[in-house]
Amino acid sequence: MAAPLPSPGVGPPDDAPPAAGPCGSCAQASPGRLQRLGLAPGRHDHVVALAGNPNTGKSTVFNALTGLRQHVGNWSGKTVSRAEGGFTYGGAKYRIVDLPGTYSLLSTSTDEDVARDALLFGRPDVTVVVVDATRLERNLPLVLQVRQITGRVVVALNLVDEARRHGITVDTRHLSRELGVPVVATAARRGDGLPELLAAIAGTATTDDPPEPLALVHHDPQLEEAVAALAARVEARFPGVPNARWVALRLLEGDPGIEEAVRAGTLGELAGAPPLEAAGGAA
Amino acid sequence: MTSDLLDDATRLRDGLPEDFRDRVVESLYTDAARMAATSVDRDGVRARLTVDRALDRVLTHHVWGFLAMGVLFFGVFWFTIAGAAVPSELLYDLLVDDVHGWLLEVFAAVGAPWWVTGLLVDGVYLATAWVIAVMLPPMAIFFPLFTLLEDFGYLPRVAFNLDRLFARSGAHGKQALTMMMGYGCNAAGVTATRIIDSRRERLIAIITNNFSICNGRWPTLILMGTIFVGAVVPPWLAGFVAAGSVIAVVLVGIGVTLAVSWLLSRTVLRGESSVYSLELPPYRPPQVWRTLYTSIIDRTLKVLRRAVVMAAPAGAVIWLIGNVHLGDASVAAHLVTALDPIGWVIGLNGVILLAYLVAVPANEIIIPTIVMLTLTLGANTLGAAPGVMLELGDDQQIGSVLVTAGGWTLLTAVNLMLFTLLHNPCSTTVLTIWNETRSVRWTAVATLLPLGLGFIVCAITALVARLVM
Repeated sequence: MAAPLPSPGVGPPDDAPPAAGPCGSCAQASPGRLQRLGLAPGRHDHVVALAGNPNTGKSTVFNALTGLRQHVGNWSGKTVSRAEGGFTYGGAKYRIVDLPGTYSLLSTSTDEDVARDALLFGRPDVTVVVVDATRLERNLPLVLQVRQITGRVVVALNLVDEARRHGITVDTRHLSRELGVPVVATAARRGDGLPELLAAIAGTATTDDPPEPLALVHHDPQLEEAVAALAARVEARFPGVPNARWVALRLLEGDPGIEEAVRAGTLGELAGAPPLEAAGGAA
Repeated sequence: MTSDLLDDATRLRDGLPEDFRDRVVESLYTDAARMAATSVDRDGVRARLTVDRALDRVLTHHVWGFLAMGVLFFGVFWFTIAGAAVPSELLYDLLVDDVHGWLLEVFAAVGAPWWVTGLLVDGVYLATAWVIAVMLPPMAIFFPLFTLLEDFGYLPRVAFNLDRLFARSGAHGKQALTMMMGYGCNAAGVTATRIIDSRRERLIAIITNNFSICNGRWPTLILMGTIFVGAVVPPWLAGFVAAGSVIAVVLVGIGVTLAVSWLLSRTVLRGESSVYSLELPPYRPPQVWRTLYTSIIDRTLKVLRRAVVMAAPAGAVIWLIGNVHLGDASVAAHLVTALDPIGWVIGLNGVILLAYLVAVPANEIIIPTIVMLTLTLGANTLGAAPGVMLELGDDQQIGSVLVTAGGWTLLTAVNLMLFTLLHNPCSTTVLTIWNETRSVRWTAVATLLPLGLGFIVCAITALVARLVM
């Protein structure tokens, strides 16, 4: 594991200036409010999970936020296990967990299992999905799958500098409306967009009224009927599960991880029980 | 009580059409495609992408791709060999000549007993200083170059080129990626096999990862290539031939990887090959300064620290076995005498085998250990105290010590290079293999198979060389 760099002004979070005035949360006020805590986040207020397809600059975003120098490789399958770090922002401490890069959460490999379980059972306060602006179409399925699990999502539209060079522009406002969550354009290698990303993370972490998980829309009445029937049973068995329809679909598909959670009764933790520490949910 | 929920799921699933999973995924991708289409605006895409495409056409070509691969890696090794000579010499002068002499004076001044001085200064300090002088310069050149290639996006192309070969040998294509990781560190390579989902193919990747030469072994190869193989040809050719000999060992390693994979997948680990898709990322201009910084901090210093941590106790062990006497000879002499016959059969010698025993925790210290032991046992001819490494000025002097005191020949050097490739993984890697497989049997296979191969290959080389020469 890389050694944390000495970062200027690291101190106890209480020393951090309080978010002052009406401009406390706006992007312009934020760069000075970031403190990188490297590998020693200690006690934390919020857990942030970092998801994304391989090769989208996910680790670069992780390093930019934590001040760590986790080695960044330009090839798939670089982060096999999870890396963790921390930062403080606006007086609150964040623990950030870098999940393995995956194309989906369908649980067809160890990577996907680790990522999926961390999102589902680790219940992060914010999930940042890093997507490659030059390959949006290939990245969006993962975003949609994460959105089906939770509404506490921020999309970091990364590599916009590269996209610009390739003549690609992405309408972030439109995308944000479609997904129902903030979409922030970033070029993490150069640090562009990080203040806005931090503001969006803080906003999502602290909001009392996060967007609902994305509803599953099936244009197949037969499937819809089965999902609705099973979702009702899931609700009855685990009252308060926020995404019963999603769980129902996974059960229909025979997802062994979810079946195991039903058998062990841990699925209930998706409901009201306190979330698992992100560190405790290691695969 | 919860299984009724699962029963319901099974019952409902049975009522659904067989391809409903595909439909679910399909609707996901349809939604994604619609969103992407309405959010993305592109122009001039074709114009920019042709550079990438043109590069890929060459670098992943079934002939030019391999040629480019050879040229690039050859260049990296040549730079490393040619560039490391001068800084290595400076480090020798400083650490081994000056500081060692100075430390001896300090210890003498405070009146330390001879065995304290011996153990700490001649044992622990010298071994550590040696490791730094031998390893730091080549690593500080090799890692940044390798990382630049990686940053540029070249490694996935290598994986792509090798994929066909791996598929033909019954292994998973992703094994090419874990093999690439192994060139940095085998323990990391073994951990990286988690990206392979099928247990069968993962085991093949784990067992063969040791055939990728790791950080700890590059210096041995480079040094042997420089001192012995390069010395056979005229000086102006020496650098090329030395780099070529290192490449040759790497190629033998790839060949052995493929052969062992083929053998395993046709015998104990039989099964179907999985299909996967390998994304070729766009080429990105490497961030040169950033890369230099991270590869020095992350790789060079990390590896060096490990080497130093391992070298210090090894130095003590070497000094002890060189100075503790049983009967009329030191422990080291007894061990070397016992190992010599085996060493002779495989074209090495007892000193090298003993060094491999001492260096099980870290391959990094092989060369320093060999030189230290050679000097200890051949001490009388060179006038050094037992367990003390002579103050050697440069690579050529190491060579002359090994030849005069150790009786080395070109065969010894070549077989040491082969044995460097083919022997048991270091203890960290063995531990990692056990962690990943949780199986004593597969850990034993992964440990002993390369060692056995090493003995067989070296014995054959020695036999052939002795018959011919």
